[in-house]
Amino acid sequence: MNRLTQLFDKKKDNLLNVYFTAGYPQLDSTVTIIRNLAEAGADLIEVGMPYSDPMADGETIQQSSMKALANGMTLETLFQQLTEARNHTQVPLVLMGYFNQVMQYGPERFVKAAREAGVDGLILPDLPVFEYEQEFREITDRYDMQVTFLITPQTSEERIRQIGKLSTGFIYVVSSSSITGKSGEITEGQKAYFARIAAMDLTQPKLIGFGISDAKSFRTACAYANGAIIGSAFIRALKDVDDVAAATRSFVHGILSPASVGA
Amino acid sequence: MTKNLQIDVDERGYYGRFGGAYIPEMLHPNIEQLKNTYREMTADPDFKKEFDALLKDYVGRPSPLYFAKRLSEHYGTNIYLKREDLNHTGAHKINNTIGQILVAQRLGKKRIIAETGAGQHGVATATVCALVGLQCIVYMGEVDIARQAPNVARMRMLGAEVRPALSGSKTLKDATNEAIRDWINNPEDTHYIIGSVVGPHPYPDMVARFQSVISEEMKWQLQEKLGRDYPDAIVACVGGGSNAAGAFYHYLNDERVRLVAVEAAGLGVDSGESAATSVLGTEGIIHGSRTLLMQTEDGQVIEPYSISAGLDYPGIGPLHAFLIDSKRAEAISVTDEDALAAALFTARTEGIIPALETAHAFSALDQMEYGPDDVIVVCLSGRGDKDLAAFTTYLNGLAG
Repeated sequence: MNRLTQLFDKKKDNLLNVYFTAGYPQLDSTVTIIRNLAEAGADLIEVGMPYSDPMADGETIQQSSMKALANGMTLETLFQQLTEARNHTQVPLVLMGYFNQVMQYGPERFVKAAREAGVDGLILPDLPVFEYEQEFREITDRYDMQVTFLITPQTSEERIRQIGKLSTGFIYVVSSSSITGKSGEITEGQKAYFARIAAMDLTQPKLIGFGISDAKSFRTACAYANGAIIGSAFIRALKDVDDVAAATRSFVHGILSPASVGA
Repeated sequence: MTKNLQIDVDERGYYGRFGGAYIPEMLHPNIEQLKNTYREMTADPDFKKEFDALLKDYVGRPSPLYFAKRLSEHYGTNIYLKREDLNHTGAHKINNTIGQILVAQRLGKKRIIAETGAGQHGVATATVCALVGLQCIVYMGEVDIARQAPNVARMRMLGAEVRPALSGSKTLKDATNEAIRDWINNPEDTHYIIGSVVGPHPYPDMVARFQSVISEEMKWQLQEKLGRDYPDAIVACVGGGSNAAGAFYHYLNDERVRLVAVEAAGLGVDSGESAATSVLGTEGIIHGSRTLLMQTEDGQVIEPYSISAGLDYPGIGPLHAFLIDSKRAEAISVTDEDALAAALFTARTEGIIPALETAHAFSALDQMEYGPDDVIVVCLSGRGDKDLAAFTTYLNGLAG
């Protein structure tokens, strides 16, 4: 069974999904980061496939991607690292990247290799719904690879329902109209949007991402969805650290402080 | 027509396999709105009237079709120059920005963003924003800001804010990424005026339609001069490919006309410092469009190189990918050195200093074959004032 399905069956609230860019800060940080995120309490992990032109990402993830590519990260290397990580943890893993990476590797070859490396889900923000249905869904379904689509404050209700039907994994609720890496307080307008989505009775779990950066924003997001996704804030926490394992654990502990889990 | 080709974009924005709209969900409402409205909007008689009037009285169209006597003698054929360099702001780019600013007004947008390479599109966008009184922000690669300083000064003079793109190769590709990110962050009040036939559908088709005035005029101008409304060949430089798309547009389905797309070879196609996408590119996705692009096996975009900021782009528009892939158009690549030589030769033979981009098209004449009675139109896409620094360096090198 897909590890994401098992997770969502078992746990419905306060799901913590942490994003990191594979190959950052060092090429071989991947396994260390996955193990420590999982051990410190992340429920699922989003592994960024570094891309040269990440158009939905802000400066933090862009820079981590550039560094990872300069470190020599490739998809082959990443799949080897993920296979190694699976010797240590069964935490659900989701790959995030851009569709050109999948297209160049070969869609079926990619999905097969990723599943064999222990990947449970995919997020490809620039994969259009139509092309997914026409060319890609048959493959991801066949390999039981769960696919997550994004919705935003501008997404119409009709389209949210369509995306709900297409998403085989969780639904990624983008908190505001922005690229990744913006932080700050969650506004009343955003809360109204989260409440609107929550009231829609979508069958898939919903995780809120973009702009979630600390225990407080994580706690707020979790009040409106099944959990939340933290990315850029974690990348910033890894910058220039000597001990990646310790920095990773300390970051997760900071998010899951007693105030947030005990509430 | 010898054969009835049917080259057009389909409803999802594809030319054959190329095109589409590979965009994050954050851009979906904007792209969907444009897609659903652009054809109807631009076909509206009021829109056309306003567009045509501005092209005539503000841009100075029609642009002349000039018989280049001395160039023709040199090459032993008949060379006509479509003088887009004589447009207001000095290049073909304004044809598109006039059209898109009218679109933006009808969509009720208050803020305009654009990317620019050589700065010609940035200047053309800053110009139309000043014309209608809208805020204008232009993203430009840091490298291009340095090498196209006169255009940066013009944009500022026109009231635009020029924001440097600091990522990647700090050129056109990166400026485009930054503009897309800005649009994601400001989806409601902002219209993105893309400057070439690139990007997600409907941009490639919309920009091609606004630029198609170039070949629309060529038809009646050739008819007037030669008694036939088509040339034997059209030669145009291609970065993203907007002047080429405009110059080819009304002849796409007319196989009597050779379509020649001229790319920048940089230091040489095999030098590792090139922007010759049709040779070095493979099928992939860039800036929301499935097309030919320079990339690694892993799908990472390779940073291009050309002395010409306007051609320094790792992809080409999906229409051109289709034309080249289907052999409807032929691609020729021209090095920095040959383009500089062609610019000097054109200046001293015809008294016209072409833009570095356009100089690539002139240089392609050296690589083409033609008969003495052939009629060849070179799209003179822009003037070279912005490139005087590069030309001066070149001249000093020749003297030394």
